[in-house]
Amino acid sequence: MEISKEKLEWMYTTMYRIRRFEETMLEQTFKGNSMGVTHPSDGQEAPPTGVCAHLTDKDWIGSTHRGHGHCIAKGLDTHAMMAEIMGRATGQCGGKGGSMHIADFSKGMLGANAIVGASIPLAVGAALTAKYKGIENESVGVSFFGDGASSQGVLHESMNLASVWKLPVIFACENNGYAEATPAWYSVSAEDIASRADGYGMPGVVVDGMDVFEVYEAAGEAIARARAGEGPTFLELKTYRYHGHFHADDPKKYRKPDEEEHYHERDALKNFEKRVTGQKLMSAKKLKSIRDSIEQEMLDAVEFALESPMPDVEALYSDVYVNYSNPIFGLR
Amino acid sequence: MTTHNKIDPLGPGYEGVAGKELRFRDVFRDTLRAEMNRDQDVFLMGEDISGGFDRDTKEPLDAWGGPFAATKGLVQEFGPERIRDAPISEAGFVGAAVGAALTGLRPVVDLMYFDFVTVAYDQLLSNAAKSRYMFGGQTRVPMTLFARSGAGTGHAAQHSESFYSMLAHIPGLKVVVPSDPYSVKGLLAAAIRDDDPVFLVNDKKLINLTGFVPDEDYVIELGKGRYMQRGDDVTLVGMSYTSVVCEQAAVQLADAGINAEVIDMMSLSPFDEDILLESVQKTNNVVIVDEDTPRASMASEFAAVIADKAFDHLDAPVKRVTGPHSPVPYNKGLENAFMPQPEDVVGTVRNMLGRD
Ligand SMILES: Cc1ncc(C[n+]2csc(CCOP(=O)(O)OP(=O)(O)O)c2C)c(N)n1
Ligand SMILES: [Mg+2]
Repeated sequence: MEISKEKLEWMYTTMYRIRRFEETMLEQTFKGNSMGVTHPSDGQEAPPTGVCAHLTDKDWIGSTHRGHGHCIAKGLDTHAMMAEIMGRATGQCGGKGGSMHIADFSKGMLGANAIVGASIPLAVGAALTAKYKGIENESVGVSFFGDGASSQGVLHESMNLASVWKLPVIFACENNGYAEATPAWYSVSAEDIASRADGYGMPGVVVDGMDVFEVYEAAGEAIARARAGEGPTFLELKTYRYHGHFHADDPKKYRKPDEEEHYHERDALKNFEKRVTGQKLMSAKKLKSIRDSIEQEMLDAVEFALESPMPDVEALYSDVYVNYSNPIFGLR
Repeated sequence: MTTHNKIDPLGPGYEGVAGKELRFRDVFRDTLRAEMNRDQDVFLMGEDISGGFDRDTKEPLDAWGGPFAATKGLVQEFGPERIRDAPISEAGFVGAAVGAALTGLRPVVDLMYFDFVTVAYDQLLSNAAKSRYMFGGQTRVPMTLFARSGAGTGHAAQHSESFYSMLAHIPGLKVVVPSDPYSVKGLLAAAIRDDDPVFLVNDKKLINLTGFVPDEDYVIELGKGRYMQRGDDVTLVGMSYTSVVCEQAAVQLADAGINAEVIDMMSLSPFDEDILLESVQKTNNVVIVDEDTPRASMASEFAAVIADKAFDHLDAPVKRVTGPHSPVPYNKGLENAFMPQPEDVVGTVRNMLGRD
């Protein structure tokens, strides 16, 4: 698949932005500046990047507790994301959602979701809207979820629905080998999760999720199918999270060093750099200038977040409903 | 084995009882262990409860030891058959627990966070709670479930609920809410030995608290509350962590010369009407403290019972101190404003007694 120069630059920018956002976010978390639990996605840059490279703001994605990468690949503003994690009024959700609930409806981002599996049918619903309005060609639904989430009944119901109704959905399963400490070989009864697609009458494709070019190609085909009205596709993107399950988790307790090394050698960013410079598609200088601008962006994002005000206490009561006749404050 | 249905608290200095100061989480695990030793049919299911497996040997690693390390060490003792690590399939394994309970085992299910109850709610509501009744009393469902509730840890909207009334509303299901190491030992043991489905809700804020625990094997009778402190100016009613909030409020009230009586409900279904009525008849004033949202809540239910059965003894309307009718926000300041604080209880009591 031919990839334009602009697209290549976008991919590198996006992957590096995800990597540095997670590292910066973790630094801030350990400094005590985050207000809650964070689940970093460094190592898993290729899946959101390779998939979202084909999407516009009119396409929708559903995400997970490990959602920063999805947000960034869908074009969310890292300043507002950092501010959200720090619980600020300027945060993407006004400080009310936090790391596990970042959403931007203007960018086609249906929200990170802390209930494992819960966002999967939302992407099916977005695809239903598209089909209903006759705009499948410009609006598909992509659901990102993990190997662990593949054990939830709602995935299976969603796959069947999408297939029965022939909806423009991409089930993008990021198999990083673990759900918390539980390995996928223990909890998933199939060698490849993608093999389950067969039973629901849709193509299932196993993809190297450490290689953004492979993800880009497989996602391109799936999204083209969806836009052409040919229905859903299941992609299993085999990837790896470098960090623990959440900010304070030590993965060495349940993963072996050789396994971690194996994936670090196949690092999505390093391999991208090697490939594009080797094939003279991008210069080392260009790569560096992208990295430099992201470094600055991260510094700015942290500064913006730290200097932003906290939400007013009234925010506790606002936006529970669109309208409601008798708002109920805490009974005191 | 003793059954505790005494209505005064056990605590340091409690006459004639041998025991020690222990952490809530350790007591929880020790009680699970004791119940598993006591009855071979008791086993545990849940996500990550054995915390990872070795890639080569396939043996459990106990790296996590369960959510909040609640089951740490148990898989080495009991093996993976009885500490059964489950895929992320709450509807499936709660349903399987009901099936196992209907056919002779006594499953205990760790649902991790309270908010995940809804993923399995159909199995709980339609199967666990109703089987005995709708099948004309032919069967029993001796299962126990537990999950961590409550705000205050920055887990935001989908990991912080305390929807107790969603459980207590279900006929056929029992609900208990320990508030300290003493009560978690007695209530968990009673829940596991009970022949009905029992849900134990465990506020996250309790997990690292310590308290006095008797050495002896005991159960706390389901449906009983207890007095944490005696007083005659006002009754403060707590459940789970709000019992701790009530005790803190009582200390502040004492400084202001107000003598509060503190009741810890311990069970929400069935619940102890007698202790509520007895105390209100004495103090004539009552404040109920509940971290749940206020509509159709336990606080409302207790208020209704008091209004119904002790109306003539009340000097002032029954007051409730609860969360707002909102999901739990992420920002720390907002989250603190969501949760009933001791100061909120104190303010409510002062208003009620006209002691500003
Ligand atoms: C319904 C539900 N059950 C359990 C959890 C607790 N939990 C949070 S993340 C997680 C593991 C998810 O694994 P996976 O889907 O593979 O995603 P990953 O964390 O690897 O990105 C679990 C069990 C939850 N949040 N929601
Ligand atoms: Mg995973």
